[in-house]
Amino acid sequence: MTELTLVQAVNRGLQEAMRADRDVVVLGEDVGVNGGVFRATEGLLKEFGPERVVDTPLSETGIVGSAIGMALYGLKPVAEIQFLDFVYPAFDQIVSELAKMRYRSGGQYPCHVVVRAPYGGGVKGGLYHSQSTEAYFCHTAGLKVVIPSTPADAKGLLLTAIADEDPVIFLEPKRIYRSVTGEVPDGAQRVPFGQARTVRDGSDVSLFAYGAMVPPATEAAATLEGEGISAEVIDLRSLVPLDEEAVLASVQRTGRAVIVHEAARCCGFGAEISAILAEKAFYSLKAPIARVTGYDTPFPYALENAYLPSAERIVTAARQAVRAG
Amino acid sequence: MEAYRTMALARALDERAIALQRQGRIGFYAPHAGQEATLVGSALALEPDDWVFPAYRELSVALVRGASLQSIVDQLFGNADDLSKGRQMPNHFAFRDQHFVSASSPIGTQIPQAVGAALAARYRREPVVTIAYFGDGATSSSDFHAGLNFAGVFHAPTIFLCQNNQFAISFPRDRQTKSATLAVKAEAYGFPGVVVDGNDVRAVYAAVRTARARALAGDGPTLIEAQVYRLGPHSTSDDPRRYRPDAEVAAARERDPVHRLKTELVNAGLWDEARDAALWEEVRATIAGAVARAEQVPPVDPLSLFDDVVAERSARLEEQRSGCAAHLTGPKGVP
Repeated sequence: MTELTLVQAVNRGLQEAMRADRDVVVLGEDVGVNGGVFRATEGLLKEFGPERVVDTPLSETGIVGSAIGMALYGLKPVAEIQFLDFVYPAFDQIVSELAKMRYRSGGQYPCHVVVRAPYGGGVKGGLYHSQSTEAYFCHTAGLKVVIPSTPADAKGLLLTAIADEDPVIFLEPKRIYRSVTGEVPDGAQRVPFGQARTVRDGSDVSLFAYGAMVPPATEAAATLEGEGISAEVIDLRSLVPLDEEAVLASVQRTGRAVIVHEAARCCGFGAEISAILAEKAFYSLKAPIARVTGYDTPFPYALENAYLPSAERIVTAARQAVRAG
Repeated sequence: MEAYRTMALARALDERAIALQRQGRIGFYAPHAGQEATLVGSALALEPDDWVFPAYRELSVALVRGASLQSIVDQLFGNADDLSKGRQMPNHFAFRDQHFVSASSPIGTQIPQAVGAALAARYRREPVVTIAYFGDGATSSSDFHAGLNFAGVFHAPTIFLCQNNQFAISFPRDRQTKSATLAVKAEAYGFPGVVVDGNDVRAVYAAVRTARARALAGDGPTLIEAQVYRLGPHSTSDDPRRYRPDAEVAAARERDPVHRLKTELVNAGLWDEARDAALWEEVRATIAGAVARAEQVPPVDPLSLFDDVVAERSARLEEQRSGCAAHLTGPKGVP
């Protein structure tokens, strides 16, 4: 075990995967000499050289498009998009090509690319360095969408992503890149996809969160405990595949659900969780399902703290759910 | 001769496929008539280990590389023997054994992919080049720019083969770009661009052979603009009379690459009308046989809908698959 920040755990995951398998290569803007703008790829160029740690021209289309070609040929590329907000030039490559390659070729061409991108607000990044648009990718069949919230998960889920046979969108909560530290296993210990993590047990209300929303949800649970409300906190970890069993089992116990994400509410992933609960846990519900999310506005610069879900907003929603029934 | 034979087979298949679509027996078809010399000449210049990143008019390339006529026809029908399992519209082929990567409909997306595969081959020290096929319209796409820029920067062993067939559906080449040629665009990316008469199978072969040698020698990519004319519609859903005069098409027919090669062979004393008539009869019979077989093959299994989305179906997908299965076998379901 080593104590690492979340971004250090990402770096360690990349390093170990590259040491273990010569087919793993990293490409993106500023990932080589500069070690990535967040230093996620620091030291990799020195250890693995420029053929495996590729500084690319400024083109997300080129990064993901060429990563797809590498994967088709048999490599295991890990493409970095500097900020999720800049992924859109590559959207066609991701949703039309990467996601559909296996399917459209009748299984002849699996296409294993990991697309890593820091996402989310809380870093004074304004409109274009803050967004949380994971739902676009969850909506596209053929992609897996994974979001760690702890250093151990960052490394363990990244190792799983690199070993996976399918494309993975790996979103890193940059707000907690350095503010969260934790013990990380030293070996190649993978964390499987599709298994939610129970952050804390509770019996009155379930708080569902992922990525940078796990800390405020956990803080909210502590506050609620002081008020005599027992909140369970579930970190979803992977949105696709989703651990539906864990979501349903928790609400069957508590009868109340509060879903937290920083993405805008309309068609956000909370809508999917909410629909699943309505379809499959309706008779367990004692109160209306609540969503605590970013608002249906563009991401604001000066007012980001008003936009982002806080522990306080989560507490309010949980209290209302408990009072409702 | 090998080139002429394949070109005749491809042309005859084109004519047959359009008729099949008109009769409602296949859903769609994108003809390649007028482009056979470029397609066949370029494919003959490649080696079996090279990788092809096609658009959707490249079935002749697949034929040259050894994909069977039957597998091509099965794809047009989307039947149970289609290697792509009926997942795509006709013309969107994938033949893994021939390193013929899955084609898609968005324009230009295969271009940066070809560059990535070339870099992967070089990383593994394998003497392989990749070739991306695309049309004049694709040169306006962001993927064209991204792909050629990456190829230039990384000196990728890639060949960009632009089939300038003069039209992007209805939009003429001279409005697609103000550049004097499409090949000249390569200069901005720091590597050579050449224009070749795409109706001349030998010229195309030589240009691709040269580009291939450059790529393997470590001299980087080449953009080849093969100037051709799309004799048919963009697809069976298109009526080209809306945007180009018949006289222009008639003039282009005078330069038809299949007739041109035949004339050359006859003039060289290698071919004659009797043998030609026999060849066309033979290829049409071969195609008729393949079509008859394709129509005997059962349709794809409905539940294969859920295969190959990812390597292993998620619980969610299993649930949807069961629901679909129950519907299909239920009292009102299709058996």
